[in-house]
Amino acid sequence: MEDETPTLAVEDLKTHFFTKLGVAEAVNGVSFTVKKGEVVGLVGESGSGKSVTGFSIIGLVDHPGRVVEGKILFKGEDLAQADDDRMRSLRGRRIAMIFQDPMMTLNPVLRIDTQMIEAVQAHEQVSEKEARETARDALVQVGIPSPDERLKSYPHQFSGGMRQRVAIATALLHKPDLIIADEPTTALDVTIQGQILHEVQKLCRETGMSLIWITHDLSVVAGLADRICVMYAGQIVERGEISDVLDHPLHPYTNGLIGSVPSHNRRGQPLAQIPGMTPSLLNLPEGCAFHPRCPRADGACFVQPQVTEPAKLGHEVRCVHPHLEQA
Amino acid sequence: MSVFIIRRLLQSVVVIWVMSLLVFGGVYLIGDPIDMLINPEADQEDIDAAIRALGLDKPIHEQYWFFLINALKGDLGSSFIFNEPALQLILARMPATMELAFASLFISIFFGIPLGMWAGLHPESIAGRSIMTGSILGFSLPSFWVGIMFIMFFAVILGVLPSGGRAETTEFLGMQVSFLSWDGLSHILLPAVNLALFKLSLVIRLSRAGTQEVIHQDYIKFARAKGVSEKRVILVHVLKNILIPVVTILGLEFGSVIAFAVVTETVFAWPGMGKLIIESIDQLDRPVIVAYLMIIVFMFIVINLVVDILYSVLDPRVRLQDVKA
Ligand SMILES: Nc1ncnc2c1ncn2[C@@H]1O[C@H](COP(=O)(O)OP(=O)(O)OP(=O)(O)O)[C@@H](O)[C@H]1O
Ligand code: SF4
Ligand SMILES: [Mg+2]
Repeated sequence: MEDETPTLAVEDLKTHFFTKLGVAEAVNGVSFTVKKGEVVGLVGESGSGKSVTGFSIIGLVDHPGRVVEGKILFKGEDLAQADDDRMRSLRGRRIAMIFQDPMMTLNPVLRIDTQMIEAVQAHEQVSEKEARETARDALVQVGIPSPDERLKSYPHQFSGGMRQRVAIATALLHKPDLIIADEPTTALDVTIQGQILHEVQKLCRETGMSLIWITHDLSVVAGLADRICVMYAGQIVERGEISDVLDHPLHPYTNGLIGSVPSHNRRGQPLAQIPGMTPSLLNLPEGCAFHPRCPRADGACFVQPQVTEPAKLGHEVRCVHPHLEQA
Repeated sequence: MSVFIIRRLLQSVVVIWVMSLLVFGGVYLIGDPIDMLINPEADQEDIDAAIRALGLDKPIHEQYWFFLINALKGDLGSSFIFNEPALQLILARMPATMELAFASLFISIFFGIPLGMWAGLHPESIAGRSIMTGSILGFSLPSFWVGIMFIMFFAVILGVLPSGGRAETTEFLGMQVSFLSWDGLSHILLPAVNLALFKLSLVIRLSRAGTQEVIHQDYIKFARAKGVSEKRVILVHVLKNILIPVVTILGLEFGSVIAFAVVTETVFAWPGMGKLIIESIDQLDRPVIVAYLMIIVFMFIVINLVVDILYSVLDPRVRLQDVKA
């Protein structure tokens, strides 16, 4: 199993936005792999480039953005080189994506059945009746009651959680190899969030699909992901098994993030915040982009740090002064 | 829904009544038709007789009262000039105006929406910029001047299209229409385009703004993420969303298309209501002016109602609220 081609291998991906104000290096040399059936968490503050990474993979980077360098190997095929037709045929069929705001992902003026049937028929030449059956089954799979009736409804007739289920059902229609979930529970309340997390986890296990779960909330991925990538200013600053990263964070930024997650024994205390702001991508600090906010920064940090594995094989960090075994 | 319609109807009655006051008062102020109607050589007795015959000897509030009572019976008075019921006179010219108005509405929709969407999807392209520049011209050039230029160019210089008038009509679904023949089309083309220019520009701008807004919505990205073809994304997902504002505004503006037809009909000698009203104003033919204005008001109200209903058909979110209201 180990030497099987991974579902996804992103190598040194660079996606830049060529804006009037300058080039925003939103994704700047990101590498990670997702194996079959694996759940990888992509974590970072707002603006760190998580969504752009996801959109780069499915080939939907907004104008004026462009993948400028790197490889996106999907089961060995480089998507960075694939043409539009090829990408369209993969999207929704082999790679699906779910978005953050379920209020916005469904077209308000089209019925649910229209939106799901078109997704089926985009990739399979089946009759509308058959497509409707497929859509119906998918709704059942995500636990939507009376699916036939629901198919005839408009999005505004659903609650937020229900809409997100419809989006998930749509993503599942063709049993893709990879789902990219871009903060799909952030806009939902905590109970619904828990239910959806639980269901997605179950579906992944049942179907063997791989999942990239994008979030800025470490506690969400803690119980879900097998491995985790922490992003800061367009780069992955730490990467490893979930337990390694959460229990022994090496990067000062990860350390700060963990400090800002509320846990049981610290209930009632204010959340620790990482002081400072995410830097402007148009004007990144020299060397390690985190140094203006980093408690451990010194002169050595003005040079771009290399990726190392100082603690354990497979637990990588991009920092010159990682948190090794603390005294 | 029915409560909503009844309430709207009651409102409409009040609006029509207020308008009848304004229109009647306004027309009374613009001048005394007697000077124009009566042969200058007529003696005082003849003049008095004519005044009495037209009911102009009564005080204004009595004149208004008669007008109101008769109006409720469907009689808006008789033309001083033609000696025919004003309403009939106008209704006889209405099909011509309607034909012109619908032709220009057709042009606005079937050229405006695609052009506007194209400009919205390719805002940086030369064609996209040209469309927008064109729409600014459409907004700002005076309609009568453009009409005259059309006639100069296509009728006088090139000689390919007639300079005015309406072709022989034929019966179509119980209406007299002219657009079914080549001759009819060649006559209606210039006035229809002329009348459409303003609305066309409006539709182009609305469609472009709508497209640019909708295209960045998550649901468009989600549709693409499903692997839906670009053609379907544009023709179904984007189009259906921008149709709502475009249809609403166009519907609401339809009344003003008819009102603006006055200019176009005069320039192109199109035998519609607009041409009639200009002639009637010239001759201070009060009943025709009042009847025309009342018909226009009535039409605006009906159009508003129809648009509201149409809107709720297009937008499922409105439908729900109407049921509640
Ligand atoms: N359409 C765009 N035009 C210009 N720059 C963009 C565009 N989209 C993204 N960017 C740049 O890419 C950066 C990263 O954006 P991205 O959406 O990936 O952040 P994120 O990590 O997903 O944050 P969030 O948690 O807020 O979703 C943004 O800060 C912005 O500078
Ligand atoms: S490289 Fe230096 S500034 Fe950057 S995270 Fe490590 S210690 Fe902090
Ligand atoms: Mg994002």
